[in-house]
Amino acid sequence: MIDYRIDRHTGVATYVQIVQQTKQALRLGLLKPGDKLPTAREVVEATAVNPNTVLKAYRELEREGLVEARRGLGTFVRRSLGAAPADSPLRAELEEWASQAREAGLEREDVAALFTAVLDTHYPAHTPDPAPAKTSEGDPS
Amino acid sequence: MTVPAIEADALGKRFGRRAAWALRDCSFRLPAGRVCAVVGPNGAGKSTLLALAAGLLAPTEGTVTVLGTDPATARPRVGFVDQGKPLYPQLGVAETLRMGADLNPGRWDADTADRVVAGGDLDPRARIRSLSGGQRTRVALALALGKRPELLLLDEPMADLDPLARHELMGVLMGQAAEHGTTIVMSSHVVAELEDSCDHLLLIGGGRVRLAGEIDDLLAAHTRVSAPAETDLAPHAVVEARTTGRRLSALLRPSGPLPGDWRTGTPSLEELVLSYLRNPGALAPAPAPDTTETAA
Repeated sequence: MIDYRIDRHTGVATYVQIVQQTKQALRLGLLKPGDKLPTAREVVEATAVNPNTVLKAYRELEREGLVEARRGLGTFVRRSLGAAPADSPLRAELEEWASQAREAGLEREDVAALFTAVLDTHYPAHTPDPAPAKTSEGDPS
Repeated sequence: MTVPAIEADALGKRFGRRAAWALRDCSFRLPAGRVCAVVGPNGAGKSTLLALAAGLLAPTEGTVTVLGTDPATARPRVGFVDQGKPLYPQLGVAETLRMGADLNPGRWDADTADRVVAGGDLDPRARIRSLSGGQRTRVALALALGKRPELLLLDEPMADLDPLARHELMGVLMGQAAEHGTTIVMSSHVVAELEDSCDHLLLIGGGRVRLAGEIDDLLAAHTRVSAPAETDLAPHAVVEARTTGRRLSALLRPSGPLPGDWRTGTPSLEELVLSYLRNPGALAPAPAPDTTETAA
C-alpha cells in the first residue's frame, strides 16, 4: 500500500503530486502489478484532500495505462514503470559515481546541481498533460 | 440530470426594515456532490446565507431551494453546524449521541458518530458544558454526520480546532463525501485551510456573491501577469493592477490571447480571493456555461 504525502507549498497541483508519487512507487518497485491502490476514501481520510482530486489522479494513471479500475473492487496496478528497480545495475553505477563525487569533495547541492544539469541535457523538460475534464462519477472502488 | 444541492435566486435578507442588507441579490447554483468553500471577510453574509439554506431564517426577498425543495422540507436530509455549536449543556456526550439517534430514526449512522467522538478521546459521560470549544465542535460534527445528511452546512467548523483535530476531521468530512457523495458547504475566512479540500467556491463580500463556480474553472479563467509599466491591459478584464517601479502586475480575466512578452502565471486560490476582496468594484465573470452536469 502507498501513503500519499501532500505538500501544498510546492506549487505542484495536488493531483499531480498523487500521480508523481504513484509513479515513483512504481519505478522503485514499491508498487507492483496486481497491487491495489488505496480507495479514494482511504486517501482523503488520511490527507484531507478533496475526493475529486484523488479520482482525477487515478483517472490520469488509468489513461496512461498504469492502473485499471475494476468496478466494485478498486483500482489495481497494471504494469510497473521504468527499467530502474531499486536493485538494477544502473543504480549500482550511480552509487559508484556518487561515492566518487563525494571523494572528490563535492557537496550534496553540487551533486544535485550536476545531476539535474545532465538530466536536463538528456531529457528535455516536459510539462504535465492538460487536466482531463472533471466528471461527477463516484468512487470507482 | 441531478437536482442541485442549493439554488439561490435573488436571495436577500435584512434583519429589520431599516437595517442594512446582510445579504442581497444572491444568485448561485451549487451542484450536488460538491465540497464548497464559502469565503469572505467577517460580516460578509456567510452565516446568514448558511442559516437561510438551513431554513433557520426566512428570506426577506428572493428564494433558496435546497435539494430540490424548500429548506424546511429538506431539513431531515440536511445537517447544519452553527458557528456557536449549540448543544444541550446539561447532557453528556453519549446522551447527546443517543438523542441524535432518537431524533433521526432510520438514518442514524452510529459508527460514524462514535468514530468522530472517539477520535477526540472524550469521556462519554462528560457533560457538554464541561467541554472545551474544540471538543464541543467535535460533538456537534458527530451529531451532524451521524444524521448521514445529503447536504452538510458547516459555519466556521474548523475555527476552534487544533491543527491535528482539524486535519483529522477534515479527513472524516472528505471521507463522507467520497463514500456517500455528501454535498458539503463550509464557511471560513481562512482560504488556505480550504484550498485542498474544496472543489467549489462561493466568495461573498459586502452581502453579495462576488465569485461562484468550480475552483479549477475560476483559476483557469484568471491569469497573473507582469508587464512593463504603462502597458494598456485592455481589452482584458482587470481584477487588480499595481505598478511597482517599472513593472505592472495585474490579475486579469483574459478575453483573448495575451501578448507574448508579458510574463504570466496561474494565481493561487488565495491570490484570487484576496484580489477580489481588495477590489470591491471588480465585476464577477459571467456565469460559466454549465459543464458540471454533462460529464459522465
